[in-house]
Amino acid sequence: MERNTKIMVALAVIIIAVIAVGAYAYTGGMVGQQTLKISTTTSLEDTGLLPVLEATYEKKYPNVDVQFIAAGTGQALEYGKKGDVDLVMVHSKKQEEQFISEGYGTQRYVFAYNYFYIVGPASDPANINGTNATTAFTDIRVAGTANPTTVQFVSRGDNSGTHNRELALWNSSGADYNTSVRNQSWYIESGKGMGDTLNIANEKNAYTLSDSGTYLAYEGKINLVPLVTQGKDLLNIYSMIPVNPQKFSNVNNEAAMNWVDFVLSPEGQTIIGEYGKDKYGQPLFYPLAGQPEPTG
Amino acid sequence: MSEIINGMIQAVELIITLDPELLAITLRTLEISISSTLIAVFISIPLGGLIYFKTFRGKRSVINLIQTLYSLPTVLVGLLVFLLISNEGPLGSLQLLFTPAGMILGQTLLILPIIIGFTITALSSVKGEIKDLALSLGASEFQTVLSIMKEAKYALYAAVILGFGRAISEVGVALMIGGNIRNFTRVITTTMSLETAKGNLELSIALGIILLAIALIINLALNQFQEK
Repeated sequence: MERNTKIMVALAVIIIAVIAVGAYAYTGGMVGQQTLKISTTTSLEDTGLLPVLEATYEKKYPNVDVQFIAAGTGQALEYGKKGDVDLVMVHSKKQEEQFISEGYGTQRYVFAYNYFYIVGPASDPANINGTNATTAFTDIRVAGTANPTTVQFVSRGDNSGTHNRELALWNSSGADYNTSVRNQSWYIESGKGMGDTLNIANEKNAYTLSDSGTYLAYEGKINLVPLVTQGKDLLNIYSMIPVNPQKFSNVNNEAAMNWVDFVLSPEGQTIIGEYGKDKYGQPLFYPLAGQPEPTG
Repeated sequence: MSEIINGMIQAVELIITLDPELLAITLRTLEISISSTLIAVFISIPLGGLIYFKTFRGKRSVINLIQTLYSLPTVLVGLLVFLLISNEGPLGSLQLLFTPAGMILGQTLLILPIIIGFTITALSSVKGEIKDLALSLGASEFQTVLSIMKEAKYALYAAVILGFGRAISEVGVALMIGGNIRNFTRVITTTMSLETAKGNLELSIALGIILLAIALIINLALNQFQEK
């Protein structure tokens, strides 16, 4: 019995040692190596812009490993609220301002913009082509209620920046979201990222709201066409917010601020403005550093 | 249909040419899942042995509970481990969230019940006479345990492989704890999910083939053992 106990103790020691060594090796055991964790929106991830920025940044700061965790804006901010990331890159101004006023973030640095597109099947069964966003949403709702099998709308349904904009648009179109939109058979909540949601809308020949960057990156793979692309209520502004180091002592604020400076620098802004031109024939993002935040 | 065939052809090309990204993801996946399996084995086999050999009140209920946890949802483990190791959680100071070490922790918890449970089953399948014989020959309790484990070794191998299979194929823990960070915590299953969303089917198909191939190799190895 005594020997039995000894073996158990020995095993426990081995297990703890294995875990400790593993944890050490994996979490920056290398001398001077640090990480910069950035939670970001799926719309930025799905366009492929981030790895390009990351590569240039890591050349400048070879001791920093940049790590992106892609989620919706809501979840990206939640990671920030727990101090699990050093910086957030998101696109939902109202939620961002709340994040800062609650003390979780230091400051909002806008760095790029593009537009939201209302996309749908080329046959356009709700006849929204060329209208504005609120009219289009009303038309989709009316046509969807009348013909729920032919006119459908796929929502992100994930508290992302795009989802929040969609809710704001239903609201400003005068619809009561809870009674006449949600739970209607023509309204489908995907609960997934932007790329997945575009694929679902494509399979179902449905309408959806997408940021222009992800849509353009997916344009060649899906049959949906952009139908409403203009108007100040479709403006989509991306910003960076460092997580407050006074609230969370573990965050890497130095690397986060270096990232902010890099993205806002002429070099970073050129990368953003040029990204996608060769592949998609037009830029996916417009640089915004040093300019007033566009309002229309 | 042509999409599937093209995807298959390109997937095979990626595998044959040892595409560096494909290789890195596969190695990372193996590293993480083998680590979790090893840790789980070190804990489970002694623990399973202990539960089998000891008689105590509520033993049946403990075994029932362990067997229920065979179907422990991966996302539930993901959630629990997230709460545990998130910066504000009880183990937050270890900074394990969004790291491979965190994923190993989650996968280990996920497969512990399977290996413990199958260890108990494996030992139960050994005839009682061996235990009596060993004890009557003057073996210590520990030596008896070892001799019974030796008898049950093929069933124990199967338990380990079953655990490994669950670890390497799960996606809930990998996504929620790992965060699917490129070049760091992105594994086969999370890459397949992401690349399918992005429409890069060839990489997804290639990874799917690799996942199946790993399962096949392990099974062949297991059969080899059993034939000896």
